[in-house]
Amino acid sequence: MAIKTIRDHLAENPVFSGFDGDTLDLVAGCGHNVHFEAGDQVLREGTDADAVILLRHGDVAIEVAAPQKDPLIVETLHEGDIVDWSWLVPPYRNMSDARALTDVRAISLDAGCIRGKCDDYPKLGYQMFKHWLPHLAGRIRAQRLQVLDLYGADAG
Amino acid sequence: MRGEAVLSAAGQTDPMLPRRARVRSAWRELDDAVSLSLEPVDGDLAPFAAGQFNMLYAFGVGEAAISVSSSPDTTGELIHTIRDVGAVSGALTRLKAGDMLGLRGPFGTAWPVEAQRGRHLLIMAGGLGLAPLRPALLQALARRDAFAGVTLLMGARDPGGILFPDELAEWTESPDLDVVVTVDSAAPGWTGSVGVVTTQLPRALAGIDPTAVSAFVCGPEIMMRHSALALADMGVPDAAIWLSLERNMKCAIGFCGHCQFGPDFVCKDGPVFPWPHVAARMALREI
Ligand SMILES: Cc1cc2nc3c(=O)[nH]c(=O)nc-3n(C[C@H](O)[C@H](O)[C@H](O)COP(=O)(O)OP(=O)(O)OC[C@H]3O[C@@H](n4cnc5c(N)ncnc54)[C@H](O)[C@@H]3O)c2cc1C
Ligand code: FES
Repeated sequence: MAIKTIRDHLAENPVFSGFDGDTLDLVAGCGHNVHFEAGDQVLREGTDADAVILLRHGDVAIEVAAPQKDPLIVETLHEGDIVDWSWLVPPYRNMSDARALTDVRAISLDAGCIRGKCDDYPKLGYQMFKHWLPHLAGRIRAQRLQVLDLYGADAG
Repeated sequence: MRGEAVLSAAGQTDPMLPRRARVRSAWRELDDAVSLSLEPVDGDLAPFAAGQFNMLYAFGVGEAAISVSSSPDTTGELIHTIRDVGAVSGALTRLKAGDMLGLRGPFGTAWPVEAQRGRHLLIMAGGLGLAPLRPALLQALARRDAFAGVTLLMGARDPGGILFPDELAEWTESPDLDVVVTVDSAAPGWTGSVGVVTTQLPRALAGIDPTAVSAFVCGPEIMMRHSALALADMGVPDAAIWLSLERNMKCAIGFCGHCQFGPDFVCKDGPVFPWPHVAARMALREI
Protein backbone atom coordinates (compact mmCIF):
# COMPACT_ATOMS: atom_id res chain seq x y z
CA MET A 1 0.00 0.00 0.00
CA ALA A 2 1.45 3.36 -1.03
CA ILE A 3 2.10 5.79 1.82
CA LYS A 4 -0.12 8.83 1.55
CA THR A 5 1.50 12.21 1.06
CA ILE A 6 0.45 15.43 2.81
CA ARG A 7 -1.26 16.42 -0.43
CA ASP A 8 -3.22 13.13 -0.47
CA HIS A 9 -4.43 13.77 3.07
CA LEU A 10 -5.38 17.36 2.24
CA ALA A 11 -7.36 16.17 -0.78
CA GLU A 12 -9.44 14.02 1.61
CA ASN A 13 -10.12 16.83 4.09
CA PRO A 14 -13.67 18.26 3.85
CA VAL A 15 -12.39 21.86 3.65
CA PHE A 16 -9.26 21.43 1.54
CA SER A 17 -10.73 18.88 -0.88
CA GLY A 18 -12.46 21.76 -2.71
CA PHE A 19 -9.18 23.60 -3.42
CA ASP A 20 -7.93 23.77 -7.01
CA GLY A 21 -5.03 21.42 -7.75
CA ASP A 22 -2.23 23.96 -7.94
CA THR A 23 -3.29 25.77 -4.75
CA LEU A 24 -3.45 22.45 -2.89
CA ASP A 25 0.21 21.89 -3.84
CA LEU A 26 1.07 25.27 -2.29
CA VAL A 27 -0.73 24.34 0.95
CA ALA A 28 0.85 20.88 1.05
CA GLY A 29 4.28 22.54 0.92
CA CYS A 30 3.57 24.07 4.36
CA GLY A 31 2.56 20.81 6.08
CA HIS A 32 4.03 17.93 8.03
CA ASN A 33 2.60 14.97 9.99
CA VAL A 34 2.20 15.24 13.77
CA HIS A 35 1.19 12.78 16.49
CA PHE A 36 -0.28 13.39 19.96
CA GLU A 37 -0.92 10.87 22.70
CA ALA A 38 -4.12 10.89 24.74
CA GLY A 39 -3.87 13.73 27.28
CA ASP A 40 -1.30 15.76 25.30
CA GLN A 41 -1.92 19.49 24.91
CA VAL A 42 -2.52 20.23 21.21
CA LEU A 43 -2.92 24.01 21.57
CA ARG A 44 -2.61 26.29 24.58
CA GLU A 45 -4.73 29.42 25.06
CA GLY A 46 -2.82 32.68 24.62
CA THR A 47 0.13 31.20 22.71
CA ASP A 48 1.00 32.15 19.13
CA ALA A 49 -1.35 30.52 16.63
CA ASP A 50 1.47 29.23 14.49
CA ALA A 51 -0.08 25.94 13.34
CA VAL A 52 -3.22 24.78 11.57
CA ILE A 53 -4.02 21.30 12.88
CA LEU A 54 -6.09 19.03 10.59
CA LEU A 55 -7.24 15.86 12.33
CA ARG A 56 -6.69 12.65 10.36
CA HIS A 57 -7.46 10.26 13.17
CA GLY A 58 -8.55 10.63 16.81
CA ASP A 59 -10.49 13.08 18.96
CA VAL A 60 -9.55 16.45 20.45
CA ALA A 61 -11.41 18.40 23.17
CA ILE A 62 -11.59 22.19 23.20
CA GLU A 63 -11.45 23.27 26.84
CA VAL A 64 -12.18 26.57 28.51
CA ALA A 65 -10.67 27.07 31.94
CA ALA A 66 -12.33 29.31 34.54
CA PRO A 67 -10.66 30.34 37.82
CA GLN A 68 -11.44 27.99 40.75
CA LYS A 69 -13.58 25.75 38.55
CA ASP A 70 -12.90 22.61 36.62
CA PRO A 71 -12.26 23.37 32.96
CA LEU A 72 -15.28 22.75 30.74
CA ILE A 73 -15.16 20.85 27.45
CA VAL A 74 -17.15 23.03 25.05
CA GLU A 75 -16.51 21.16 21.81
CA THR A 76 -14.93 17.95 20.61
CA LEU A 77 -13.32 17.61 17.20
CA HIS A 78 -12.92 14.45 15.20
CA GLU A 79 -11.46 13.06 11.98
CA GLY A 80 -11.64 15.66 9.21
CA ASP A 81 -12.06 18.60 11.63
CA ILE A 82 -9.70 21.54 11.91
CA VAL A 83 -8.62 22.65 15.38
CA ASP A 84 -9.31 26.36 15.97
CA TRP A 85 -9.13 29.20 13.45
CA SER A 86 -7.04 31.74 15.39
CA TRP A 87 -4.22 31.25 12.87
CA LEU A 88 -6.44 33.00 10.29
CA VAL A 89 -7.35 36.12 12.26
CA PRO A 90 -4.98 38.76 13.74
CA PRO A 91 -3.43 38.85 16.30
CA TYR A 92 -2.92 35.10 15.57
CA ARG A 93 -3.23 33.96 19.18
CA ASN A 94 -4.84 30.66 20.22
CA MET A 95 -8.24 31.34 21.79
CA SER A 96 -8.67 28.12 23.76
CA ASP A 97 -6.94 25.03 25.06
CA ALA A 98 -7.09 21.89 22.95
CA ARG A 99 -6.29 18.47 24.41
CA ALA A 100 -6.01 15.07 22.72
CA LEU A 101 -8.71 12.71 24.05
CA THR A 102 -7.29 9.72 22.20
CA ASP A 103 -4.23 8.92 20.17
CA VAL A 104 -4.26 11.65 17.48
CA ARG A 105 -2.68 11.73 14.05
CA ALA A 106 -2.86 15.06 12.28
CA ILE A 107 -1.39 17.32 9.62
CA SER A 108 0.17 20.47 11.00
CA LEU A 109 0.37 23.35 8.53
CA ASP A 110 2.80 26.16 9.30
CA ALA A 111 0.41 29.13 9.72
CA GLY A 112 3.05 31.75 8.81
CA CYS A 113 3.88 29.78 5.66
CA ILE A 114 0.18 29.64 4.64
CA ARG A 115 -0.39 33.32 5.34
CA GLY A 116 2.74 34.26 3.38
CA LYS A 117 1.66 32.16 0.39
CA CYS A 118 -1.83 33.73 0.49
CA ASP A 119 -0.16 37.16 0.18
CA ASP A 120 2.04 35.95 -2.69
CA TYR A 121 -0.66 33.99 -4.56
CA PRO A 122 -4.03 35.77 -4.44
CA LYS A 123 -5.67 32.71 -5.98
CA LEU A 124 -4.76 30.72 -2.87
CA GLY A 125 -6.13 33.54 -0.69
CA TYR A 126 -9.39 33.38 -2.63
CA GLN A 127 -9.57 29.58 -2.26
CA MET A 128 -9.10 30.05 1.51
CA PHE A 129 -11.93 32.57 1.59
CA LYS A 130 -14.21 30.41 -0.58
CA HIS A 131 -13.75 27.17 1.33
CA TRP A 132 -13.10 28.39 4.87
CA LEU A 133 -16.03 30.77 5.10
CA PRO A 134 -18.72 28.04 4.81
CA HIS A 135 -16.75 25.97 7.33
CA LEU A 136 -16.58 28.89 9.78
CA ALA A 137 -20.24 29.81 9.17
CA GLY A 138 -21.26 26.22 9.99
CA ARG A 139 -19.30 26.29 13.24
CA ILE A 140 -20.72 29.66 14.26
CA ARG A 141 -24.25 28.40 13.51
CA ALA A 142 -23.67 25.35 15.71
CA GLN A 143 -22.22 27.44 18.53
CA ARG A 144 -25.23 29.76 18.47
CA LEU A 145 -27.47 26.76 19.08
CA GLN A 146 -25.14 25.54 21.80
CA VAL A 147 -25.46 28.73 23.87
CA LEU A 148 -29.27 28.47 23.81
CA ASP A 149 -29.24 25.67 26.39
CA LEU A 150 -31.71 23.83 24.16
CA TYR A 151 -32.50 20.95 26.45
CA GLY A 152 -32.98 22.89 29.69
CA ALA A 153 -36.26 22.59 31.58
CA ASP A 154 -37.47 25.87 30.06
CA ALA A 155 -36.86 24.78 26.49
CA GLY A 156 -39.87 23.64 24.60
CA MET B 1 -49.65 13.67 4.01
CA ARG B 2 -49.35 13.15 7.78
CA GLY B 3 -47.63 10.86 10.27
CA GLU B 4 -49.06 7.36 10.19
CA ALA B 5 -52.79 7.46 10.99
CA VAL B 6 -53.67 4.80 13.57
CA LEU B 7 -56.65 3.45 15.43
CA SER B 8 -57.22 5.87 18.28
CA ALA B 9 -59.03 5.63 21.56
CA ALA B 10 -61.46 8.13 20.12
CA GLY B 11 -63.17 5.30 18.25
CA GLN B 12 -63.40 2.91 21.19
CA THR B 13 -64.99 4.31 24.38
CA ASP B 14 -65.83 7.82 25.51
CA PRO B 15 -62.49 9.50 24.71
CA MET B 16 -63.09 12.18 27.34
CA LEU B 17 -63.52 9.68 30.16
CA PRO B 18 -60.27 8.80 31.95
CA ARG B 19 -59.88 5.15 32.91
CA ARG B 20 -58.02 4.22 36.04
CA ALA B 21 -54.51 2.86 35.86
CA ARG B 22 -52.24 1.77 38.71
CA VAL B 23 -48.54 2.57 38.92
CA ARG B 24 -46.86 -0.83 38.78
CA SER B 25 -43.44 0.70 39.34
CA ALA B 26 -41.80 4.12 39.21
CA TRP B 27 -38.13 4.89 38.80
CA ARG B 28 -35.99 7.99 38.41
CA GLU B 29 -34.42 8.53 34.99
CA LEU B 30 -32.84 11.98 35.51
CA ASP B 31 -32.76 14.56 38.31
CA ASP B 32 -36.05 15.96 37.00
CA ALA B 33 -37.55 12.98 35.12
CA VAL B 34 -39.25 9.77 36.16
CA SER B 35 -40.63 6.73 34.29
CA LEU B 36 -43.93 5.14 35.32
CA SER B 37 -44.94 1.61 34.35
CA LEU B 38 -48.75 1.45 34.38
CA GLU B 39 -51.30 -1.35 34.54
CA PRO B 40 -54.97 -0.85 33.69
CA VAL B 41 -57.61 -1.19 36.37
CA ASP B 42 -60.75 -0.73 34.22
CA GLY B 43 -60.32 -3.35 31.48
CA ASP B 44 -57.50 -3.99 29.04
CA LEU B 45 -55.05 -1.46 27.67
CA ALA B 46 -55.86 -0.13 24.22
CA PRO B 47 -53.15 -1.00 21.69
CA PHE B 48 -50.96 1.95 20.79
CA ALA B 49 -48.47 2.81 18.06
CA ALA B 50 -44.97 4.27 18.41
CA GLY B 51 -45.19 8.05 18.75
CA GLN B 52 -48.72 8.19 20.20
CA PHE B 53 -49.48 9.79 23.54
CA ASN B 54 -51.92 9.42 26.44
CA MET B 55 -53.53 12.09 28.57
CA LEU B 56 -52.41 11.25 32.12
CA TYR B 57 -54.58 12.62 34.89
CA ALA B 58 -53.02 13.30 38.29
CA PHE B 59 -56.14 13.19 40.47
CA GLY B 60 -57.00 16.56 41.91
CA VAL B 61 -54.31 18.34 39.90
CA GLY B 62 -54.98 17.97 36.16
CA GLU B 63 -54.12 16.27 32.90
CA ALA B 64 -50.99 16.34 30.73
CA ALA B 65 -50.18 14.85 27.33
CA ILE B 66 -47.39 12.29 27.79
CA SER B 67 -45.98 10.07 25.02
CA VAL B 68 -45.70 6.35 25.51
CA SER B 69 -42.02 5.41 25.88
CA SER B 70 -42.35 1.60 25.79
CA SER B 71 -42.55 -0.66 22.76
CA PRO B 72 -45.92 -1.37 21.15
CA ASP B 73 -44.64 -4.94 20.61
CA THR B 74 -44.42 -5.71 24.33
CA THR B 75 -48.00 -6.53 25.29
CA GLY B 76 -49.06 -5.62 28.80
CA GLU B 77 -46.31 -3.04 29.22
CA LEU B 78 -47.09 0.67 29.20
CA ILE B 79 -44.36 3.11 30.22
CA HIS B 80 -44.37 6.91 30.23
CA THR B 81 -41.32 9.07 30.91
CA ILE B 82 -42.16 12.43 32.46
CA ARG B 83 -40.17 15.55 33.18
CA ASP B 84 -41.28 17.72 36.09
CA VAL B 85 -41.89 21.18 34.60
CA GLY B 86 -45.06 22.25 36.44
CA ALA B 87 -48.08 21.30 38.51
CA VAL B 88 -49.35 18.25 36.59
CA SER B 89 -46.05 16.81 35.42
CA GLY B 90 -44.63 17.38 38.93
CA ALA B 91 -47.53 15.47 40.54
CA LEU B 92 -47.07 12.62 38.04
CA THR B 93 -43.35 12.35 38.80
CA ARG B 94 -44.14 12.02 42.53
CA LEU B 95 -46.42 8.97 42.09
CA LYS B 96 -45.24 5.73 43.70
CA ALA B 97 -45.92 2.05 43.03
CA GLY B 98 -49.56 1.29 43.88
CA ASP B 99 -50.79 4.88 43.30
CA MET B 100 -53.67 5.45 40.88
CA LEU B 101 -53.98 7.89 38.01
CA GLY B 102 -56.43 8.50 35.19
CA LEU B 103 -55.58 7.71 31.59
CA ARG B 104 -57.18 8.62 28.26
CA GLY B 105 -55.73 7.49 24.97
CA PRO B 106 -53.85 6.59 22.95
CA PHE B 107 -54.12 9.65 20.71
CA GLY B 108 -52.41 11.10 17.68
CA THR B 109 -50.36 10.03 14.70
CA ALA B 110 -47.44 7.60 14.85
CA TRP B 111 -43.88 7.38 13.57
CA PRO B 112 -44.22 5.64 10.17
CA VAL B 113 -41.79 2.85 11.07
CA GLU B 114 -43.13 0.13 8.76
CA ALA B 115 -43.13 2.46 5.75
CA GLN B 116 -39.32 2.88 6.06
CA ARG B 117 -38.53 -0.78 5.32
CA GLY B 118 -35.47 -1.00 3.08
CA ARG B 119 -34.22 2.43 4.11
CA HIS B 120 -31.62 3.61 6.63
CA LEU B 121 -33.49 4.79 9.72
CA LEU B 122 -31.98 7.71 11.62
CA ILE B 123 -33.46 8.37 15.05
CA MET B 124 -32.43 11.86 16.14
CA ALA B 125 -33.27 12.82 19.71
CA GLY B 126 -32.65 15.86 21.88
CA GLY B 127 -32.94 15.60 25.67
CA LEU B 128 -36.24 14.03 26.73
CA GLY B 129 -37.13 13.65 23.03
CA LEU B 130 -35.68 10.14 23.18
CA ALA B 131 -38.76 9.04 25.20
CA PRO B 132 -41.32 9.36 22.35
CA LEU B 133 -38.75 7.91 19.93
CA ARG B 134 -37.87 4.86 22.03
CA PRO B 135 -40.94 2.84 20.88
CA ALA B 136 -39.99 3.47 17.23
CA LEU B 137 -36.38 2.49 17.86
CA LEU B 138 -37.39 -0.71 19.68
CA GLN B 139 -39.82 -1.55 16.88
CA ALA B 140 -37.12 -1.06 14.25
CA LEU B 141 -34.62 -3.16 16.23
CA ALA B 142 -37.21 -5.95 16.51
CA ARG B 143 -37.37 -5.97 12.67
CA ARG B 144 -33.74 -5.02 12.14
CA ASP B 145 -33.33 -7.05 8.94
CA ALA B 146 -36.08 -5.02 7.29
CA PHE B 147 -33.92 -1.88 7.38
CA ALA B 148 -30.69 -1.07 5.54
CA GLY B 149 -29.38 0.33 8.81
CA VAL B 150 -30.39 2.00 12.06
CA THR B 151 -28.57 4.95 13.64
CA LEU B 152 -29.36 6.74 16.88
CA LEU B 153 -28.04 10.29 17.21
CA MET B 154 -28.70 11.69 20.66
CA GLY B 155 -27.98 15.11 22.11
CA ALA B 156 -28.22 16.27 25.72
CA ARG B 157 -27.25 19.33 27.76
CA ASP B 158 -24.55 17.46 29.70
CA PRO B 159 -23.68 13.84 30.52
CA GLY B 160 -26.13 13.92 33.48
CA GLY B 161 -28.98 14.77 31.06
CA ILE B 162 -28.61 11.65 28.92
CA LEU B 163 -31.84 9.66 29.07
CA PHE B 164 -31.82 5.83 29.37
CA PRO B 165 -28.00 5.64 29.90
CA ASP B 166 -27.97 1.89 30.65
CA GLU B 167 -29.95 1.04 27.55
CA LEU B 168 -27.78 3.44 25.55
CA ALA B 169 -24.68 1.55 26.72
CA GLU B 170 -26.28 -1.72 25.52
CA TRP B 171 -27.23 -0.19 22.17
CA THR B 172 -23.68 1.16 21.76
CA GLU B 173 -22.33 -2.40 22.12
CA SER B 174 -24.95 -3.87 19.77
CA PRO B 175 -24.02 -4.59 16.14
CA ASP B 176 -27.64 -3.81 15.16
CA LEU B 177 -27.33 -0.06 15.36
CA ASP B 178 -24.83 2.80 15.39
CA VAL B 179 -25.03 5.19 18.31
CA VAL B 180 -23.64 8.73 18.39
CA VAL B 181 -24.11 10.66 21.64
CA THR B 182 -23.16 14.29 22.06
CA VAL B 183 -23.56 16.83 24.87
CA ASP B 184 -23.44 20.63 24.88
CA SER B 185 -20.70 20.74 27.49
CA ALA B 186 -18.87 18.35 29.80
CA ALA B 187 -16.25 18.22 32.51
CA PRO B 188 -12.90 16.63 31.64
CA GLY B 189 -13.15 12.86 31.86
CA TRP B 190 -16.08 12.70 29.44
CA THR B 191 -14.75 10.81 26.46
CA GLY B 192 -17.77 11.27 24.19
CA SER B 193 -18.53 14.11 21.80
CA VAL B 194 -19.25 17.72 22.75
CA GLY B 195 -21.22 19.90 20.33
CA VAL B 196 -24.84 20.33 19.24
CA VAL B 197 -26.51 17.34 17.54
CA THR B 198 -26.36 18.90 14.09
CA THR B 199 -22.54 18.96 14.20
CA GLN B 200 -22.54 15.17 14.57
CA LEU B 201 -24.64 14.44 11.48
CA PRO B 202 -21.64 13.99 9.17
CA ARG B 203 -20.29 11.34 11.59
CA ALA B 204 -23.67 9.68 12.11
CA LEU B 205 -24.28 9.40 8.36
CA ALA B 206 -20.69 8.79 7.20
CA GLY B 207 -20.65 6.40 4.24
CA ILE B 208 -24.47 6.33 3.98
CA ASP B 209 -26.35 7.50 0.89
CA PRO B 210 -28.39 10.44 2.27
CA THR B 211 -31.19 9.84 -0.24
CA ALA B 212 -31.74 6.42 1.39
CA VAL B 213 -32.07 7.91 4.90
CA SER B 214 -35.39 8.38 6.70
CA ALA B 215 -35.16 10.52 9.84
CA PHE B 216 -37.43 10.67 12.90
CA VAL B 217 -36.59 13.75 14.96
CA CYS B 218 -37.84 14.65 18.43
CA GLY B 219 -36.64 17.24 20.91
CA PRO B 220 -37.08 20.93 21.65
CA GLU B 221 -38.61 22.70 18.67
CA ILE B 222 -35.52 24.77 17.80
CA MET B 223 -33.43 21.61 17.81
CA MET B 224 -35.92 19.86 15.50
CA ARG B 225 -36.08 22.78 13.08
CA HIS B 226 -32.31 23.08 12.80
CA SER B 227 -31.90 19.30 12.60
CA ALA B 228 -34.38 19.08 9.72
CA LEU B 229 -32.57 21.90 7.90
CA ALA B 230 -29.18 20.25 8.47
CA LEU B 231 -30.52 16.89 7.26
CA ALA B 232 -31.86 18.53 4.12
CA ASP B 233 -28.49 20.30 3.60
CA MET B 234 -26.84 16.87 3.67
CA GLY B 235 -29.16 15.55 0.97
CA VAL B 236 -31.78 13.70 3.04
CA PRO B 237 -35.07 14.21 1.14
CA ASP B 238 -37.46 16.61 2.92
CA ALA B 239 -40.24 14.06 2.52
CA ALA B 240 -38.19 11.49 4.45
CA ILE B 241 -38.03 13.62 7.62
CA TRP B 242 -40.68 13.45 10.38
CA LEU B 243 -40.86 15.27 13.67
CA SER B 244 -43.10 15.30 16.73
CA LEU B 245 -44.58 18.62 17.86
CA GLU B 246 -45.84 19.66 21.29
CA ARG B 247 -48.62 22.13 21.98
CA ASN B 248 -50.76 22.68 25.07
CA MET B 249 -53.61 20.19 25.07
CA LYS B 250 -56.99 19.92 26.71
CA CYS B 251 -59.38 17.53 24.90
CA ALA B 252 -56.79 15.64 22.78
CA ILE B 253 -59.51 14.70 20.26
CA GLY B 254 -59.72 17.74 18.01
CA PHE B 255 -62.65 19.54 19.71
CA CYS B 256 -61.34 22.36 21.85
CA GLY B 257 -58.75 23.99 19.58
CA HIS B 258 -56.15 24.39 22.35
CA CYS B 259 -53.46 22.66 20.35
CA GLN B 260 -54.12 24.45 17.08
CA PHE B 261 -51.04 24.88 14.89
CA GLY B 262 -52.12 26.76 11.75
CA PRO B 263 -54.66 24.55 9.98
CA ASP B 264 -53.78 21.50 12.10
CA PHE B 265 -54.68 20.26 15.56
CA VAL B 266 -51.53 18.74 17.00
CA CYS B 267 -53.56 16.22 19.06
CA LYS B 268 -55.32 14.73 16.04
CA ASP B 269 -53.29 15.64 12.93
CA GLY B 270 -50.02 15.16 14.88
CA PRO B 271 -48.02 15.01 17.02
CA VAL B 272 -45.92 13.26 14.34
CA PHE B 273 -45.83 15.39 11.18
CA PRO B 274 -43.85 15.12 7.95
CA TRP B 275 -41.35 17.99 7.88
CA PRO B 276 -42.57 19.50 4.56
CA HIS B 277 -46.07 19.82 6.07
CA VAL B 278 -44.89 22.02 8.97
CA ALA B 279 -41.58 23.52 7.78
CA ALA B 280 -42.91 26.94 6.74
CA ARG B 281 -45.03 27.29 9.89
CA MET B 282 -42.19 26.30 12.21
CA ALA B 283 -40.23 29.34 11.05
CA LEU B 284 -43.07 31.71 12.05
CA ARG B 285 -42.87 33.33 15.48
CA GLU B 286 -46.56 33.94 16.06
CA ILE B 287 -47.78 30.32 15.78
C1 LIG C 1 -47.99 15.17 22.18
C2 LIG C 1 -47.24 15.52 23.41
C3 LIG C 1 -46.38 14.59 23.98
C4 LIG C 1 -45.69 14.90 25.15
N1 LIG C 1 -44.88 13.94 25.68
C5 LIG C 1 -44.25 14.20 26.84
C6 LIG C 1 -43.45 13.20 27.46
O1 LIG C 1 -43.32 12.08 26.96
N2 LIG C 1 -42.85 13.51 28.62
C7 LIG C 1 -42.98 14.75 29.20
O2 LIG C 1 -42.40 14.97 30.27
N3 LIG C 1 -43.70 15.72 28.62
C8 LIG C 1 -44.35 15.46 27.48
N4 LIG C 1 -45.13 16.44 26.91
C9 LIG C 1 -45.17 17.77 27.55
C10 LIG C 1 -46.17 17.79 28.70
O3 LIG C 1 -47.46 17.60 28.19
C11 LIG C 1 -46.07 19.14 29.41
O4 LIG C 1 -44.78 19.29 29.95
C12 LIG C 1 -47.06 19.23 30.52
O5 LIG C 1 -48.34 19.33 29.98
C13 LIG C 1 -46.81 20.43 31.38
O6 LIG C 1 -47.90 20.55 32.28
P1 LIG C 1 -47.66 21.06 33.78
O7 LIG C 1 -48.98 21.34 34.40
O8 LIG C 1 -46.76 20.12 34.50
O9 LIG C 1 -46.86 22.39 33.59
P2 LIG C 1 -47.44 23.84 33.31
O10 LIG C 1 -47.86 24.43 34.62
O11 LIG C 1 -48.44 23.78 32.22
O12 LIG C 1 -46.13 24.53 32.79
C14 LIG C 1 -45.11 24.87 33.74
C15 LIG C 1 -43.92 25.48 33.05
O13 LIG C 1 -43.34 24.52 32.17
C16 LIG C 1 -43.28 25.01 30.88
N5 LIG C 1 -43.62 23.93 29.97
C17 LIG C 1 -44.87 23.53 29.62
N6 LIG C 1 -44.78 22.52 28.75
C18 LIG C 1 -43.46 22.28 28.57
C19 LIG C 1 -42.74 21.36 27.78
N7 LIG C 1 -43.34 20.53 26.96
N8 LIG C 1 -41.37 21.36 27.85
C20 LIG C 1 -40.74 22.24 28.64
N9 LIG C 1 -41.40 23.14 29.40
C21 LIG C 1 -42.71 23.17 29.36
C22 LIG C 1 -44.31 26.10 30.78
O14 LIG C 1 -43.95 27.07 29.82
C23 LIG C 1 -44.27 26.66 32.18
O15 LIG C 1 -43.24 27.60 32.32
C24 LIG C 1 -45.83 16.16 25.74
C25 LIG C 1 -46.66 17.12 25.16
C26 LIG C 1 -47.36 16.81 24.01
C27 LIG C 1 -48.26 17.83 23.41
S1 FES D 1 -56.35 19.45 22.45
FE1 FES D 1 -58.36 20.00 21.96
S2 FES D 1 -58.24 20.22 19.82
FE2 FES D 1 -56.31 19.41 20.33
